[in-house]
Amino acid sequence: PQRVLFPPTFSVSEIKNKQRRHFMFLRWKQQQRKEKLALKKKRRKEREALGDKAPPKAVPKTIENQRVYDETTVDPNDEEVAFDEATDEFAPYFNRQTVPKILITTSDRPRGRTVRFCEQLATVIPNSHVYYRRGLALKRIIPQCIARDFTDLIVINEDRKIPNGLVLSHLPDGPTAHFRMSSVRLRKEIKRKGKEPTEHVPEVILNNFTTRLGHSIGRMFAALFPHDPQFIGRQVATFHNQRDYIFFRFHRYIFKSEKKVGIQELGPRFTLKLRSLQKGTFDSKFGEYEWIHKRREMDTSRRKFHL
Amino acid sequence: SSQVVWSMLGNRQFCSYKMTTKTQNFCRNEYNLTGLCNRSSCPLANSQYATVREEKGRCYLYMKTIERAAFPRRLWERVLLSKNYEKALEEIDENLIYWPRFIRHKCKQRFTKITQYLIRIRKLTLKRQRKLVPLRRKIERRENRREEKALIAAQLDNAIEKELLERLKQDTYGDIYNFPIHAFDKALQQQDAESESESDAEREEDDDEDVDKREFVEAEDSELSDFEDMDKLETSSEEEQEEEEEVEKKASHSKSKGKTPLKGPARRKRPYIEIEYEEETEPGSRTKAA
Repeated sequence: PQRVLFPPTFSVSEIKNKQRRHFMFLRWKQQQRKEKLALKKKRRKEREALGDKAPPKAVPKTIENQRVYDETTVDPNDEEVAFDEATDEFAPYFNRQTVPKILITTSDRPRGRTVRFCEQLATVIPNSHVYYRRGLALKRIIPQCIARDFTDLIVINEDRKIPNGLVLSHLPDGPTAHFRMSSVRLRKEIKRKGKEPTEHVPEVILNNFTTRLGHSIGRMFAALFPHDPQFIGRQVATFHNQRDYIFFRFHRYIFKSEKKVGIQELGPRFTLKLRSLQKGTFDSKFGEYEWIHKRREMDTSRRKFHL
Repeated sequence: SSQVVWSMLGNRQFCSYKMTTKTQNFCRNEYNLTGLCNRSSCPLANSQYATVREEKGRCYLYMKTIERAAFPRRLWERVLLSKNYEKALEEIDENLIYWPRFIRHKCKQRFTKITQYLIRIRKLTLKRQRKLVPLRRKIERRENRREEKALIAAQLDNAIEKELLERLKQDTYGDIYNFPIHAFDKALQQQDAESESESDAEREEDDDEDVDKREFVEAEDSELSDFEDMDKLETSSEEEQEEEEEVEKKASHSKSKGKTPLKGPARRKRPYIEIEYEEETEPGSRTKAA
């Protein structure tokens, strides 16, 4: 039915009949779309008409653009940061004095999924060992690990048969980071995956770790992998930080030409969100926390990120 | 009159402490000795009764006698038992000296059980406690949503590819990959003050590689649509390290699907055809069978 719309008094939502209301709404929507398209076309014509003198294209606002400036953002040339990094707990690793050796374990009574995830993680990270925890206290494991020359400890916490937390602790007295782990995908759940990850040492990519806190976390991740990646293996492990979520992916790459590279995902994937960072090794009661995620204070703004 | 009480409460009338299940009747009375609803364990139906109960880690013996049946407030007499297990057993015996065997025995049994669970509590509190943190639905939903959006914003594949290409440009891979970097070379030549002969030689080499490259590139792209031979490429890349000049030729050769790595490009341009031959042996076999 052809009905004329009178803009000032008539509104689509006032029609009582649902069918007619729906119809009128669709028509209104079409009209809006047409107007928008016409506006766009006009603007484009104006742009072309102006040619070189046209004002530059407006950059759309994204959350990354609008991010609240964090005062702890690391400046690449900052000396203080460089000095700190030369003297912190990862200095021996970065000076190539230690070779990373990692112990992966879970919370009590791990279920199948967690066990398989641990195994796959062990294949991804070179020089890592999986040990089952049968009710052993972490406080007692840690001195034993230090005695056996482990550099890092990873504990995967499990809840309702899926892994949901990760505690990464740098051993000889290093910082402990507690993450919340989500969307864990095992190898068989990844589509179009390749063959198994081989024993070659992968390269490491750390993206977007900008603040001081992000830097220290990034170094923690880097300290898991041995220093010299074997380029023959063509494997790369990526820790990409985006809006405080750290995405882990493991790929095999191949350079098709100098401007094109193909990547193929193998290996498990998961995302981490930092919950707390402690100065010493794992100690829930008496530890000194460098950073805790406080929901009330830190989740207030949508444009503020800490990593 | 305890008999009367039992005949009322036990079987016929309603007892609010009684809990029935399919197999058994339980008594919810806090002074009950065994926890079952029996003639001998009902604290209401026995005028002489005793129990052991614990409060804040200390065990007490409660006793009820007929004399005090009229005074509900003073009905239950409470005796603190010693912390020492054997001594406490003796105390129970002392207090219940002329009491029926059943009650004495059950009191001691109950006391034993209580001390055992108290010990267990003390041991468990020393071990690690699992802390249950409740999930907040709204927050979980919010975090999941934000994670999805962050994933979309991250554009991981692009980021990784960009980073890898950056590293290639920065020459972190050294001499493993020898791509003819035309633009870079030419720019370098223009910027650096090199002698003309050298630059000419380089340009000639580039042209040669260009010519070869062109032949292979077409077939390469079609074959690399699926990555089945990535592992074969690994082995080939080891060879690459040894022979730097013929790297590209070998790489493109080994990408063929067959097991013959070193065939020329012409071979791969033909599609792989399988030819089947039919053999006529049936009439022969039939006659033999007949």
